[in-house]
Amino acid sequence: MANLVTDILSFQDVSIAHRTLRGAPTRIIDGVSFSIPARGAFGLVGESGCGKSTIALAAMRYLPAGMTITGGRILVDDRDLAGLDEDALRTLRGHRIAMIYQDPMSSLNPVMPVGAQLMEVPLLHGTVDTSKARARAHEMLDAVRIADPTAIMRRYPHELSGGQQQRVVIAMALMAEPALLIMDEPTTGLDVTIEAAILDLVRTLRADFGAAILFISHNLGAVARVCDSIGVLYTGRLVETGPIAPVFRAPAHPYTRGLLNALPRVDAGKTRRPLQPIEGAIAPSDRARIGCAFAPRCAHHRPNACDDRPIELQSASAASGHTARCGRLGELTVTQAPALVGNSLSEGAGDILLSVRGLSKYYHAGGLFGSRGAVVRAASDVHLDVRRGRTLAIVGESGSGKSTVAKVIAGLVPGTSGNAMFRSVDLVPLPVDKRSWDVRRAIQMVFQNPDSTLNPSHTVEYALMRPLQRLKGLSRAEARNGARRLLERVRLPSELLQRLPHQLSGGQRQRVAIARALAGDPEILIADEPVSALDVSVQAAIVNLLGELLQSSAISLVIISHDLALVRHMADWIAVMYLGRVVEYGPADLVLSAPFHPYTEALLASAPTPDPDAPPPAVVLGGTMPSPSQEITGCVFASRCPRKIGPVCDTMQPCVRRSGEHEIACHIDLMPAAGAVGADT
Amino acid sequence: MLRYVGRQLLNMAITLFAVSFLVFMLNELTPGDVARKVLGPYALQDQVDQLTRQMGLDRPVYVRYIEYMGKALTGDFGESIVYRQPVAAVMWDRLRNTLLLATVSFAVIVPVSILFGVLAGMRERSRLDRAVNVFSSVCASIPEFAMGVFLLAVFVVWLKLLPGTAPLTSSGGWPIWSQFVLPVAVVTIYDAGYLISMVRQSMVDVMRQPYIRTAILKGMTFRQVVTRHAMRNALITPFTVILLQLNYLVSGLVVVETVFAYPGFGRMMLEAALAKDIAIVEAGTLIAVGVTMFTQLAGDLGYMALDPRIRV
Repeated sequence: MANLVTDILSFQDVSIAHRTLRGAPTRIIDGVSFSIPARGAFGLVGESGCGKSTIALAAMRYLPAGMTITGGRILVDDRDLAGLDEDALRTLRGHRIAMIYQDPMSSLNPVMPVGAQLMEVPLLHGTVDTSKARARAHEMLDAVRIADPTAIMRRYPHELSGGQQQRVVIAMALMAEPALLIMDEPTTGLDVTIEAAILDLVRTLRADFGAAILFISHNLGAVARVCDSIGVLYTGRLVETGPIAPVFRAPAHPYTRGLLNALPRVDAGKTRRPLQPIEGAIAPSDRARIGCAFAPRCAHHRPNACDDRPIELQSASAASGHTARCGRLGELTVTQAPALVGNSLSEGAGDILLSVRGLSKYYHAGGLFGSRGAVVRAASDVHLDVRRGRTLAIVGESGSGKSTVAKVIAGLVPGTSGNAMFRSVDLVPLPVDKRSWDVRRAIQMVFQNPDSTLNPSHTVEYALMRPLQRLKGLSRAEARNGARRLLERVRLPSELLQRLPHQLSGGQRQRVAIARALAGDPEILIADEPVSALDVSVQAAIVNLLGELLQSSAISLVIISHDLALVRHMADWIAVMYLGRVVEYGPADLVLSAPFHPYTEALLASAPTPDPDAPPPAVVLGGTMPSPSQEITGCVFASRCPRKIGPVCDTMQPCVRRSGEHEIACHIDLMPAAGAVGADT
Repeated sequence: MLRYVGRQLLNMAITLFAVSFLVFMLNELTPGDVARKVLGPYALQDQVDQLTRQMGLDRPVYVRYIEYMGKALTGDFGESIVYRQPVAAVMWDRLRNTLLLATVSFAVIVPVSILFGVLAGMRERSRLDRAVNVFSSVCASIPEFAMGVFLLAVFVVWLKLLPGTAPLTSSGGWPIWSQFVLPVAVVTIYDAGYLISMVRQSMVDVMRQPYIRTAILKGMTFRQVVTRHAMRNALITPFTVILLQLNYLVSGLVVVETVFAYPGFGRMMLEAALAKDIAIVEAGTLIAVGVTMFTQLAGDLGYMALDPRIRV
């Protein structure tokens, strides 16, 4: 294997195994080779459990206990990591390689001001004094575009926003003047607008600081935006690798294609096509397969071509460096993105089932010993309608109030004012325990994290039987049959009835959670970020399942999401929320095409698309959302609005401009002619 | 901050009043006649009645409570019937003795527990960790009286190195300091065993946190990681528990004090309770509650100093 002298990091046929006290060692990484030249950016993608993070940690020689490198070499600056002593290793970690992690909050020491944590890096090696270190920390915070670095340096991590925390972590990595930055899911868990800003920052930093990047992500859009080459990892083997453009345009391996097809795209046309999930899940035995590890999940699997013989990475297209590990490489033609199938947007507007008018929810912060704290306006004056058989999506960043609206409708918290009429009952003042059984049955909720919503000590059967008995008054025997039917509806085999939640995969758990919500035959199903905790491949299957349910039973769906691509794929109606207010509302087509509210426009621009040719977003939203306890007289979005027109934005709350059913709350006259909007669709 | 402390002190005062009233009422309702207790079973009923009148026990409860509190605020807690002395004289003496024992023990227990807890927890399942783990669970599971008797057998009866009792007078020929060795040892072994495992567990949890990985991958030595990043975080959780030991050391040392005949607060409470010496029980309860509330306030303040996420 040619090893260029300029490679910063090079994996040469590296294998890593996990040894336990009993049993044979499990192969975690199997013969992985790639190299990153100076200033290069290599993206590593794959589902969870593929070994992405293991590779990152191996590059730092910081494998978890029990994992050992069983073959191959890892070279940093052409030096074998295995041969370094403790001192050399520490110099390497402090100076040549720095790592940026998922979940910045927990990566920072909670009891140390961030300035001290930054300064520590150069101070450790004793090369600079405190004042130089402070100056450098200041400089780096500037470089990651944090406003007022002096003040930030005195703060503790919990006093910063999520975006600021990740910028601090990046600044901390840059303090080492590294030749290689390893980023392990750096934007997972951040809001789309913050994600876009961080990705934008990474691109500029790469140009300014000249560091090479190993970018690990499950987010293909983020990889396309940042990297110049990519490796697709499956059960610890690279199944496809090459420069970004050919891999994204002509993916050769069925797994790579699967990942791309499973992704809802924000730039998709208006006609819905079902997402293509990758069926099945990684089984432990797949790692031991001699042939293709993906074969059990592959639609193109042929025993004679794929099994019983080792498959090597072979050239996959004319592009140099584009290789794939597939037994039927030549035979599989480049398929088009999935065929257009019917399933277009439901026709007509649908009757209004639930009508929310002027809904507000205020909290009082603090308030110990009767002292009134500041008023937190979680939701103010929200208007929207849930229509029979239609999907309403409420989108916005965290803190926008989208979950608050859902909670008031579901009765988890009572609202402060306004009303939400459902069958001539006002739901706003009624917490769930004051609602009639029939209303409770009719409105059900699915939560983001299925791990924590299912009781770990109840079997699937019990979890499904309870609501059947309580909400529908079925006898035990009837409920038992009902549980079986519910599992069928969410396409799970009835063998799972006796399982406990921890014995299910993440996707299966979310299906059970959906089945539980369906138990009472609800009319409105509220799903709060139903797929954001799941892998893309599983995500697609759940999205399709929700789509099927919508068609087979006249359920109305309310989706709470920050993911515009998902929303574009699912929603008939969209409400865009910012700081407790609905800033844009209307049928999905109208909301997602011009004219936009400036916030919707920024959200759309921020959503990463898995397209190497897509231009970088024109509008990157800076700053952070103001605190909901702040009194805002003008437009709530004014402080971050890239299209602010003048002082009127700060002083006057914009009135709602209406064009047919499309509503935008903005001072800009977005609709010069009423006909313009209609013509666009 | 000051407002918070002020408010807590006010709460403490209110609670103390409530407790004093409850204890007063409780003693009032327990069977048994104080005058009868004093005079013995063979006294005539006339004499008992007369003493009851003399002690003012025939007046209504609320009058006596107000009178009691009025005197208590000036430091007069009444007369002990067991010790035949003013309660204040007995109690402050005993409290001082106990605080002495508690302070010495605390000064040993805290550094020992932090040291061994941190050393064990910083490398989970290392040899040192296992050793400390076994040792601390053994220590914590041997009851104080068993450990006391065992140490007495070894150091007093067999080796004759230390005194077997700790009356805090040098009349037995042993210097006062030597009388502290065994009581402190028993308390420390028992209590440190428990605290070490608390600190160890917290340290283990902290060492698994992502920010420890951050620190290691900054290129720090393990020692730097432990002292700069892990220790302060690891002490946040056990801090309250450590302070709670003060309560135990003030009012829970009955067993140790009894084994070594130590004239302490716990033993005084026990004797008073057995003899229905109401004045002592009342005053002692107030002191114990006061100590508890004081350590709680200290705990809150220390918490805030350790963890910047907690602010008032």
